[in-house]
Amino acid sequence: MAQMKFMCDAERCIECNGCVTACKNANETDWGIQRRRVVTLNDGEPEEVSISVACMHCDDAPCMAVCPTDCFYKTDDGIVLHDKDLCIGCGYCLYACPFGAPQFPQQNAFGERGKMDKCTFCAGGPAETKEEEYQKYGANRIAEGKLPLCAEMCSTKALLAGDAQEVADIFRQRVVQRGHKDGGWSGNQRREQERTRAGQPDVSAADSLAYDAARQG
Amino acid sequence: MSHSIQWRSLWRLPLLALVLPALVLVVGLALAQGAQAQSDPQGEAATAVPALDADTWRQVRSGEVDANYRDSRFDSTYNLVNASGETWRQWRNRWVSPYGLIVIGGMLAMIVLFYLIAGRKKLDEPRTGRKLLRWSAVSRSLHWSVATLFILLALSGLTLLYGKHVFYPLFGAGAWGAMVSASKLVHNYLGPFFGILLLILLAKLLVHNLPKKHDIDWFRKGGGLVGKEHPDAGFANAGEKAWYWLLATAGVVVIISGLVLDFPNYGQARDTMQWANLVHGIGALGLTAVALGHIYIGTLGTEGSLEGMTTGYVDETWAKEHHNLWYEEVKESAVPEEQLATGSKEATGGSSPQSST
Repeated sequence: MAQMKFMCDAERCIECNGCVTACKNANETDWGIQRRRVVTLNDGEPEEVSISVACMHCDDAPCMAVCPTDCFYKTDDGIVLHDKDLCIGCGYCLYACPFGAPQFPQQNAFGERGKMDKCTFCAGGPAETKEEEYQKYGANRIAEGKLPLCAEMCSTKALLAGDAQEVADIFRQRVVQRGHKDGGWSGNQRREQERTRAGQPDVSAADSLAYDAARQG
Repeated sequence: MSHSIQWRSLWRLPLLALVLPALVLVVGLALAQGAQAQSDPQGEAATAVPALDADTWRQVRSGEVDANYRDSRFDSTYNLVNASGETWRQWRNRWVSPYGLIVIGGMLAMIVLFYLIAGRKKLDEPRTGRKLLRWSAVSRSLHWSVATLFILLALSGLTLLYGKHVFYPLFGAGAWGAMVSASKLVHNYLGPFFGILLLILLAKLLVHNLPKKHDIDWFRKGGGLVGKEHPDAGFANAGEKAWYWLLATAGVVVIISGLVLDFPNYGQARDTMQWANLVHGIGALGLTAVALGHIYIGTLGTEGSLEGMTTGYVDETWAKEHHNLWYEEVKESAVPEEQLATGSKEATGGSSPQSST
């Protein structure tokens, strides 16, 4: 069975928010709910970098571990889904989640948050009919043999979705292509040491994206 | 006329539409070829923007957010990574949850064991049949309101913490869903009422629960468990005072942390909620365990105690044995049982305002 994973290649993300829009469009989420977000670090500075974040469908998911109603479950594909009929809106999943994935439609007195909503890897959720599933959880593209729309529509193919092995292979190829060890993230000490030893010019100030672009032609 | 000229040259447009893409394609390919031929990764890398270094990722891990942090989600105050989430999870799931069960279960076991070994604490002397007013109607209704709310909150709270291990497999998703959602509603809506009422009750009972010198002696004698003598006690004995001050401290902390959790509309951060949740859990589980002891002593454990909180009156013998100092103060106002039964009630017993609360 596949192990579905997202992977955002920070060296490629250009902060276009296309994934955010694609997700919103595919799943018709409620007003105020945005299952995917793009985080930019050091915005406007030379070392600016962006990453698209949503539910990462953890192997050992903290949300599942702390949920008082046990509304979460893992599909055979390793996708973390939840049952909105069981959700009581306590907010614990949000406190535990490393990625800020769970969101609530409200935030009212007496802990009235409504039903939690999060990325489903475009795999819908438990429901009697397709219509109900779409209305509650959004698209079930996985059932149609399609990958999440956010990744499908990523303009720079920074955001990858699919079987963990495939995603890892693609990313590994890119890293090799970038021409240095540990090219996954730029600014690696080991790389710099090796370059210095080989008598190559100091490129510690280089963004690996430059390599990438150059190699792609 | 310029108009007519433009209109006449329109026929060229379709042609242009054919030629232009082709031209773009050719030029683009040529440029791409050139670019590939001239690509110099070394040079390009050397002149490119500085890299994101390990420090940045360390900053992400630490949860720090600087002025140049952006999040495309509306109204989001989240870090890239919620670093304390896992800590909270481990604390809740590996410490609070199992130890709460151990503490409450241990207390239950101790009570059962104590009851089996020592049995009920009976009155040493026969009842005199003369009654003393101990708890006024206001105190009793306050006590039972707080007690009812406490039990409801404890049951719903325990369901929220442990219910999924018991009732979900037992009842199935449908019934469990209704049960846990009811638990949450009960907990969240009754909690604030419990807080208000407990504070009123604490204020009302404060005078009786100020620590006195003889309380030390009471503790030394284990409340009468060590030795044969009943240690000295005023209106409240030292054990009751300990319960009072536990509620006045831990209880208040549980109320405050509960309110923090109950009103997310003030926009508390996740970290605040994590702390509030742990404090609330530890405090509430501890109080539940001690409350079991309080309930046992007040009902099954001691003869003559419960009637004080139900009817308001206690027997003279009970007062003499358990609260000798208070008995000395109020023994003059004792009323015969028959008089109470005929209905003159608190008018007589309440003649001394100091006698009851």
